[in-house]
Amino acid sequence: MENKNKIVHAIYDDDDVLLKAVKELRSKKYVIEEVFTPFPVHGLDKAMGLSGTRIAITSFIYGCIGLGVSILMMDYMMIQDWPQNIGGKPSFSYVENMPAFVPIMFELTVYFAAHLMVITFYLRSRLWPFKKAENPIPSTTDDKFLVQIDSYKSESELKKVLKKLEPLKLF
Amino acid sequence: MANYKFSNRVRNFAGILMILGIIGLAYGFLSAPSNLEEAQAMVSDSHHEEGHSEKVLNQGDNSSAVYHDEKESSSDHNDHSEHLLHKLQNKPWAALYVAALFFMMISLGTLAFYAIQRASQAGWSPVLYRVMEGITAYLLPGCLIVFLILVLSGLHMNHLFIWMDSKVVAHDEIIKAKIGYLNTPFFLLRAGFYILGWCAYRYFSRKFSLAQDKAKDISYHKKNFRISAAFLVFFIVTESMMSWDWIMSIDPHWFSTLFGWYVFASMFVSGITVIALTAIYLKSKGYLELVNDSHIHDLGKFMFGISIFWTYLWFSQFMLIWYANIPEEVTYFMTRIEDYNLPFFSMLALNFILPLLVLMNSDYKRVNYFIVITGIIIIIGHYIDVFNMIMPSAVGDKWFIGISEISAFMFFAGLFIYIVFREISKAPLYPVGDPFIEESKRYHY
Repeated sequence: MENKNKIVHAIYDDDDVLLKAVKELRSKKYVIEEVFTPFPVHGLDKAMGLSGTRIAITSFIYGCIGLGVSILMMDYMMIQDWPQNIGGKPSFSYVENMPAFVPIMFELTVYFAAHLMVITFYLRSRLWPFKKAENPIPSTTDDKFLVQIDSYKSESELKKVLKKLEPLKLF
Repeated sequence: MANYKFSNRVRNFAGILMILGIIGLAYGFLSAPSNLEEAQAMVSDSHHEEGHSEKVLNQGDNSSAVYHDEKESSSDHNDHSEHLLHKLQNKPWAALYVAALFFMMISLGTLAFYAIQRASQAGWSPVLYRVMEGITAYLLPGCLIVFLILVLSGLHMNHLFIWMDSKVVAHDEIIKAKIGYLNTPFFLLRAGFYILGWCAYRYFSRKFSLAQDKAKDISYHKKNFRISAAFLVFFIVTESMMSWDWIMSIDPHWFSTLFGWYVFASMFVSGITVIALTAIYLKSKGYLELVNDSHIHDLGKFMFGISIFWTYLWFSQFMLIWYANIPEEVTYFMTRIEDYNLPFFSMLALNFILPLLVLMNSDYKRVNYFIVITGIIIIIGHYIDVFNMIMPSAVGDKWFIGISEISAFMFFAGLFIYIVFREISKAPLYPVGDPFIEESKRYHY
């Protein structure tokens, strides 16, 4: 009795062989659920057909927010609330004192973009403290690459295909 | 993989640019005033239109304020007029010098980029080596032209470098103190030394690169690696000194310790941009088919990154001087903001804001159209940057981008295009013997 839609795991220890296998499986219309790798493999996202990340757009938006916050903050602190005379440059106008605020504007832009982007990435990847790891075998954090494939109709047929793609192990 | 054929269209285009440039430059030199009366006539002519003749005549030169102040007590109307005459006579020279320097620095920046690729044994870039070698072919003629202008300045044909004028130095304590370094023989000797070092590296690197094509082992590649590493050390010292000598000394009272880096960032981004533009042009003509989107993407990343690096250095220099507000330093920016307001601020938009916004998106860096548009913006922006470095001290508020400036730019652009494309046509378009060529051909991202 064959199992339908069973998940098959193939283990590799070489990223080039893995990349070839992924491309081959995709050309045979198999659905690759996930690939676990110890390091980012160049071109794997395109080979798996993943859609492009939108994290860059969020980063741009966060950067703009950071820039806005820094402008408002420096305006409130240095111009509105407590104007000071620093080095013969009285702080009565934001525009005239702007060069002095550029480092802060830059830093807060980077700060907001970087931190909020990382937090967004964690949320989007459903990562939080004490979360149980999802990788089926721990060695994918060491030196092994693992491909999860939906067997679709026939598990034995998929395994036959996979055998040709030189995995270290199938399970 | 045919060799590039130097097409007649490119040859004619370059020739027309050069001829128009020479005509325009000749006009610029001939229309410069030769004596005081002519200079005053020119100024009063334009002043009737602008309506502030007295102000400009008495304003003198902000950039050498200290020198000016010292002279103020003893100066009379004639001194001002002579000053004005020198400025007007400088204008075609300065236009020539800005364009000569700009195109020479494109070539030098490309040479530095090339040496970095060699020294880091980069795997992605070998398919672009022949394009870079073509661009660096302009280095020797470009340097010789700049050197010639420096020699002519030393012979008092113009007043670009006021410290070369013994009458000025006699009244100027600050320049007097620098005379051990800023004197014409030592100045020209240094210039010769830099040029010799850069061109020697370029000559041997090209020679080894061509020899590697036919070699059986990689000994030429290794030799190229060694001389490239040595060149980079030589380059960063001589480039910095070159920027003090050839650019900063035009304003002999002013100094900035990061000026060398700032000039380097400018030439580096211009050089990378020209590599990208040349590669895209050759691709559009059906050559360089192995240069793919990923190579262009990497050049785009460099254009983006170095544009921001340039801004960082520009701002670091500006903010410290603006904040400290020390008279001998801040005059540099006061002249630029008061008399050169438009080029000064438009340069920031062209060199920072536009590349930042256009090239920020990763996908846009793979689209030739965006690279070409941004490339042209960056080239214009950095020309204005060099313009802003030279002009305020050379001609004061008597600037405008007129026939001399445009002609000088056209002449050197024509010469540059002619030499670069002729050199590219001389050798196979790929360094087939390079050990990294296979990696570079298959480069994808």
